[in-house]
Amino acid sequence: MDGFTPAGLLYLVATVLFILGIKRLSKVRTARSGNQLAAVGMLLAIVVTLVSPEGGVGLDWTTVIIGMALGALVGGVMAKRVEMTGMPELVALFNGFGGLASTFVAVSEFWGRYGEHMTGPPKDAAEGVVLGGGVWAIAIVLSILIGTVTFTGSLVAMAKLSGKISGNPIILPGRHLITLVLLIGGIGAGVYGTFYGEGNTAIMLVGALTLGAGLFGIVSVLPIGGADMPVVVSLLNSYSGLAASMAGFVIGNSLLIVAGALVGAAGLILTMVMCKAMNRSLGNVLVGGFGGDTSSASKGGAEEYTTVKSAGTEEAAMILESATSVIFVPGYGMAVAQAQHVVKELGEEMERRGATVKYGIHPVAGRMPGHMNVLLAEADVPYEQLLELEKINGEFKTTDVTIIIGANDVVNPEAIENPKSPIAGMPILNAFESGTVLMVKRSLSPGYAGIKNPLFERDNTYMCFGDGKAFLVDVLAELKNS
Amino acid sequence: MILLLMLFVFLLAIVVGNELISKVPPTLHTPLMSGANAISGITIVGALMCAQFTHGLAAQIFGIVAIALATINVVGGFMVTDRMLAMFSSKKKKKEGK
Repeated sequence: MDGFTPAGLLYLVATVLFILGIKRLSKVRTARSGNQLAAVGMLLAIVVTLVSPEGGVGLDWTTVIIGMALGALVGGVMAKRVEMTGMPELVALFNGFGGLASTFVAVSEFWGRYGEHMTGPPKDAAEGVVLGGGVWAIAIVLSILIGTVTFTGSLVAMAKLSGKISGNPIILPGRHLITLVLLIGGIGAGVYGTFYGEGNTAIMLVGALTLGAGLFGIVSVLPIGGADMPVVVSLLNSYSGLAASMAGFVIGNSLLIVAGALVGAAGLILTMVMCKAMNRSLGNVLVGGFGGDTSSASKGGAEEYTTVKSAGTEEAAMILESATSVIFVPGYGMAVAQAQHVVKELGEEMERRGATVKYGIHPVAGRMPGHMNVLLAEADVPYEQLLELEKINGEFKTTDVTIIIGANDVVNPEAIENPKSPIAGMPILNAFESGTVLMVKRSLSPGYAGIKNPLFERDNTYMCFGDGKAFLVDVLAELKNS
Repeated sequence: MILLLMLFVFLLAIVVGNELISKVPPTLHTPLMSGANAISGITIVGALMCAQFTHGLAAQIFGIVAIALATINVVGGFMVTDRMLAMFSSKKKKKEGK
């Protein structure tokens, strides 16, 4: 535990700043100041570490300055350059880096000691550790395990999000056995290495733990489909916090423990929110294999639809002309087509014509929690118009036109009407209740769940085939001309 | 005793985190996640402390990478969160201006 020193007290101040920062992050009005408060806390923690007698003495300044300058440059450039549509990948990547940094902290603590011909964990303060013995060893193992899983898992998630590898579940033969072997083997090697290892053997065993944990991270995220990434990204976010927390146990620093635990709890809550929004358990998501090409019963291909009506841009514009209330339902397709700006312009045009305009946001629309909100905020849609599922669902009945852009499963009435459907019980946006539904979509292809969507065939539905952005640009032009 | 204290701290922090975030509106899910992510970069403190142990080039490179990774997480995380939140609040000002 940190001593009762100026540095210890300033760490306490940093902890309080983090807590207040997170609290303020949970309200739109105060969120920006909350983030800045947390950043101040971080700056304080870093400065204290650099100048305090406990941390600063014997510090290798070359290492510190090169490392921080490099990191600040890379992080700053990435944060400035990223497009809002690329946000899920960036968050996943940063997350992975944080996890890997925690791994490094634990490995270097371990290496630093075993490099000096140690056998077995250091016992007590006399040997330079705050928590000695088995606790030290277990904290090292957990820190490396969680940090490395966070790193490789985040990289796979990022590759899936950016389309570098297929978003479909990738099922390896015998994957449950593989993951089990990697996990147990890795932990076994790590525990043996840290408790009983000597010199180089210990280092190699801990290397085996790192390798096992890294492969485990890869193998466990591969079978999870692209649209389940909101859950995965939130869970990995939680892990990166826990990894930092464990690193705190390793070096005996309560600031790391608290800050890491706060993040761990935050990530876990988001994970649960996402699971609830899909009516699936966390276990079900993590086992993977959901969606993609795997469901056999009803593939939902174009051939299954018989009575589909389609509308071109002209017809769509005519329908909108007489509408007095409009709800937009965006999905991942809107992000892909980068259609958020034209959606907002169309919304404004409808308001100019006296219609009320709202947006219905499903919690798992997109590829990370709150993805749609960020995109629409970028396009300057007032957040008061963005309504969550519970608030908007009562309004579809009295709405003239609902425009669905690139969303599918989250408006599929099967979830309510067919108890045998794979998505039965999943909360959906009741778009089908509105007067007319305009479904802007490239084709009749199924959504992530890989099932037929009867909404396409409803009497009040018009399919608007095409690229979301191009289609809406034309509709907007038609409306302005009329 | 120290271990017990630390476990107390850990568990209480989880409870606090739970309380703080359980009512966050979906609008803020992304900024919350990326802001929390930046906070998890606190591991930079650990990375800096480990920079004391560096003997030799390999250890030094190791230390540089660890510090650089944590710094990317911290700097990038806070900056990108601020960028997002600026979009949320700028609208409001414009609206008031109208």
